[in-house]
Amino acid sequence: MAFWNLVRRSPWSARIGLAIIALNVFAAIFAPLIAPYGETEIVGDVWAPKSADHLLGTDQLGRDLLTRLIYGARNTIALAFVTTALSFLVGSLCGFFAATLGGWVDMLLSRIMDIIMAFPTLIFALMVLSVVGTSIPAMIVVIALLDSTRVFRLSRAVAMDIEVMEFVEAARLRGEGIWWIMRHEILPNAMPPLVAEFGLRFCFVFLFVASLSFLGLGIQPPTADWGSMVRENAGAITFGIFIPLWPAAAIALLTVGVNLVVDWFLHMASGLKE
Amino acid sequence: MSHLLEMKNVVIEGLSGRRWQPIVKGVDLHLNRGEVLGLIGESGAGKSTLGLASMAYTRGGCRIASGSIVFDGKDLTKASRSELRNIRGVRIAYVAQSAAASFNPAHTLLKQCVEVPVQHGLMSYQEAAEKAVDTYRRLLLPDPENIGYRYPHQVSGGQLQRAMVAMAMACQPDIIVFDEPTTALDVTTQIEVLTAIKEITRQFRTAAIYISHDLAVVAQLADRIMVLRDGELVEEGETRQMLANPQEEYTRALLSVRKTRRPSNAHALKDDVLLEVRGVSASYGQGVEVLQDINVKVKRKTTVAVVGESGSGKSTLARVVTGLLPPLKGTIVFDGEELPADLKARDRESLRRLQMIYQMPDTALNPRQKLRTVLGRPLEFYFGMKGKEQEDRIIELLDMVELPPEYIDRYPTELSGGEKQRVCIARALAAQPDLVICDEVTSALDPLVAEGVLELLQKLQDRFGMSYLFITHDLATVKAIADEIVVMWQGRIVEQGVKEEVLTPPHHEYTELLLSSVPEMDPDWLDNLLARRARKRARRRPDGGPGRPMRQPAPAASYNR
Repeated sequence: MAFWNLVRRSPWSARIGLAIIALNVFAAIFAPLIAPYGETEIVGDVWAPKSADHLLGTDQLGRDLLTRLIYGARNTIALAFVTTALSFLVGSLCGFFAATLGGWVDMLLSRIMDIIMAFPTLIFALMVLSVVGTSIPAMIVVIALLDSTRVFRLSRAVAMDIEVMEFVEAARLRGEGIWWIMRHEILPNAMPPLVAEFGLRFCFVFLFVASLSFLGLGIQPPTADWGSMVRENAGAITFGIFIPLWPAAAIALLTVGVNLVVDWFLHMASGLKE
Repeated sequence: MSHLLEMKNVVIEGLSGRRWQPIVKGVDLHLNRGEVLGLIGESGAGKSTLGLASMAYTRGGCRIASGSIVFDGKDLTKASRSELRNIRGVRIAYVAQSAAASFNPAHTLLKQCVEVPVQHGLMSYQEAAEKAVDTYRRLLLPDPENIGYRYPHQVSGGQLQRAMVAMAMACQPDIIVFDEPTTALDVTTQIEVLTAIKEITRQFRTAAIYISHDLAVVAQLADRIMVLRDGELVEEGETRQMLANPQEEYTRALLSVRKTRRPSNAHALKDDVLLEVRGVSASYGQGVEVLQDINVKVKRKTTVAVVGESGSGKSTLARVVTGLLPPLKGTIVFDGEELPADLKARDRESLRRLQMIYQMPDTALNPRQKLRTVLGRPLEFYFGMKGKEQEDRIIELLDMVELPPEYIDRYPTELSGGEKQRVCIARALAAQPDLVICDEVTSALDPLVAEGVLELLQKLQDRFGMSYLFITHDLATVKAIADEIVVMWQGRIVEQGVKEEVLTPPHHEYTELLLSSVPEMDPDWLDNLLARRARKRARRRPDGGPGRPMRQPAPAASYNR
């Protein structure tokens, strides 16, 4: 109910963002019910143009593109969400520890993160995935780890700002332990920037998954995901068929949607008027 | 004769949520050439907003809704942007409260000072620089030829504030708006800035609007005073007349606010020591010792006030006592037992018995916790109180600090500054402490609100018999609340003893300086004081050598490095 009130007072940009996200989530959840065909079912010619049977045409194997897009939403969004959540868990926990404990703990964690960050992310992911083999759990862990360095940086900086506030000192003087301070004093105050960052990171993750898939190390065929769909159909562009633009547009749309909502949230959290 | 500045029925509104709320509700103001007008009021009275409006300027989220602002025959509310640009900074200048925040740390003082006249094409760089040096000299800044080449962090707070006055003077404006220019300064430094402002407005016959919440300060400068409250004019009059014969109840309250005093508590004479600080020295990192061989005793049911300027080490002393900063040498003895130096090594019981209240209630309360949590947590933490029992106790605590029980479900941001400080007091009370360290607890509050908080603290002491270690730079507060006084200067104790003894002459030289620097409600106080100090200096140093032996030439030293 509170959420509904919030939405009613939201600007139109945020509503569009919410609508886009809702649409994607709906497609992801009810994929088997709303998709006209099966995920891997070959139903027509290769790269058939759009028709009454195939609203968006077919892909390079003759599968219905709309069906692939709907299933793709499911795989892409679920993967991105789990990965982002994991990276935030690791990153912000380490960040808070570094900020509250300081000293050698901070030094150690920060330097580890620096080392990971020193590798170009895509190269690092390619390296690890080629060694351990491509599997969805491996990919989630690798991307989450890479992403957590950024989350670490942010949450450490935010927590350090809060850590010097007198209410944290008051809690220390009371004799509170580190967990309590992190959970009750720091976390609630660090929430706004972290949630905003969550939205942004979420977009980056599915772009990253898409680029990994594009390189052949992400989600393996025949599972539908937007990144692989762009890659597999990329050749069509040379024939003037714009089939690969549909999954690309889906990625772009969700990115824009999430960012609109994040902007709105940041705006509310900063307390700025208009 | 027409006035230099005339504001008629000015209404200024601020955006709150989606509605415009009036901040200044139709105030008339006029100012003649060479006149100094004092604007007095508590925070939220609209005095800064009104002061800025003299340049037809408002802060973000505010607008001038109606009224006219006529400066030198021109209505500024109807003036174009470029006309305003040629008036702001050039003919009407502004001096902000925090000079440190108003200077760009990346440029030298001189560069920032000449910027306005050079930008407006009024002078060449050379002329402007010469003029700046001349102004520095008139403002009695040390080494006027070279001080302009320093960066803002290389001069002291009082010098920086004077440099800002010089910046405002750069174009020889007709009016300067001073917005609480001495509020953030120590009393001894405040005098330097007040003297400088007084001299320079007198020499150039510059009109000024002086905004402050401190009536005694305004009385030194202003020819005329306007008292504002909630955006409305309460009273206006000649300075002397208003001080001698205030018409309104509110003005009388402002005038009498510094008069509370109470004699030293009888317990101060007994030898019932609760806290003893023995030979403590401390430093941050490997730097200089900020505390040197400090010995302080706090007796049961008494208030010991630690006074000193900023940098005297008084807050460091509090940090050592609480265990936040383990000392290099010395021990803290609490109720006959030596406390571990480090906070982490202290047991919960000794933590409970020693509580702290901070200067800024805004940062001392977690903005995301309701008062239920703020006050409930220490109850649960120290006494294991939960549920109904806890809630009853919270309401009882709120009642002790004179807050209504329905505040229990409010967030700190929904309270006023004084109410927040009361919540901080309640949080300390929740632990049923024996000793409460009060670190500048009234400095961030308006005088009348501060008065209320001090009264509350005394009432609570009478009722529960805890001791206070009261850290402050405000001698009026000390006079009001202390039983014993410890005067600190540069990390050392220069004088300590029972209040009556310390406050009665003869004083230590530094105590004398501090005491004489507290402004009094007398328009001649500053002139008399300066004359007295000059006489004393002449007597003591026939060679006319440098006065103020207490000050270290720290900024010069940092400059030479």
